[in-house]
Amino acid sequence: MVIIQAADFDLAEEYQKLRNSGNGTGAIATFTGLVRDHGDLDDVTGLFLEHYPGMTEQVIEGLITEAGKRWDVRAARVIHRIGSLALGDQIVFVGVCSAHRGDAFAACQFIMDALKTSAPFWKKELSRSGDHWVEQKDSDRTQSEQWHKRQE
Amino acid sequence: MNDQSHATVTVRFFARLREQLDTDSVAVPISEPATVADVLKTLADRGSVWAELCADSRVMIAVNQAMAKTTTPLKPRDEVAFFPPVTGG
Repeated sequence: MVIIQAADFDLAEEYQKLRNSGNGTGAIATFTGLVRDHGDLDDVTGLFLEHYPGMTEQVIEGLITEAGKRWDVRAARVIHRIGSLALGDQIVFVGVCSAHRGDAFAACQFIMDALKTSAPFWKKELSRSGDHWVEQKDSDRTQSEQWHKRQE
Repeated sequence: MNDQSHATVTVRFFARLREQLDTDSVAVPISEPATVADVLKTLADRGSVWAELCADSRVMIAVNQAMAKTTTPLKPRDEVAFFPPVTGG
């Protein structure tokens, strides 16, 4: 399930929803991303997140499907926040249920890495010296490409 | 509205592109067979910042909300989108 929302989310609630999804789950891996307090500029006061409604959901659903082909995935939830966010705010949640931990860890990391380079979100850093669109990092591209190499 | 006016695609822009072009969407006429490259050429002919952004190889392309390439074929009423490399997560 993919949810794009402005509102914050509660880790305990999300974990419980994954746990209740049942069907043979023996491991749940979750990842939470936060707004860092430093970015390309050093006086960042917050972020604004824009997305492409419709495409965003389709892309992430596709990543969950792909993860399900490569690993044992019993259930997956992805939440991504949009709009104005403050430093330290939760921005993204990925949770994966699997039979075993190896698949839960791998699928969770794959979904997160691939989301960073393929889901249409854009961050604008707000700072005292002006606003600025964040550039994609080479390290994020490399990290995402690793998964394609591992499949070959 | 004649038939000709229906042979357009909607082109959407996001983030930095939308701000630089000062618009979130334009209708671009196409004549089939057409590809994304034809739309880029039509937009680049507007000159200045349009030509600059259309020549930027980092710009990502989507057609009907799926990732696409300059060679992706288009039909009337398709939704094309151009945007900078994504930075979510």
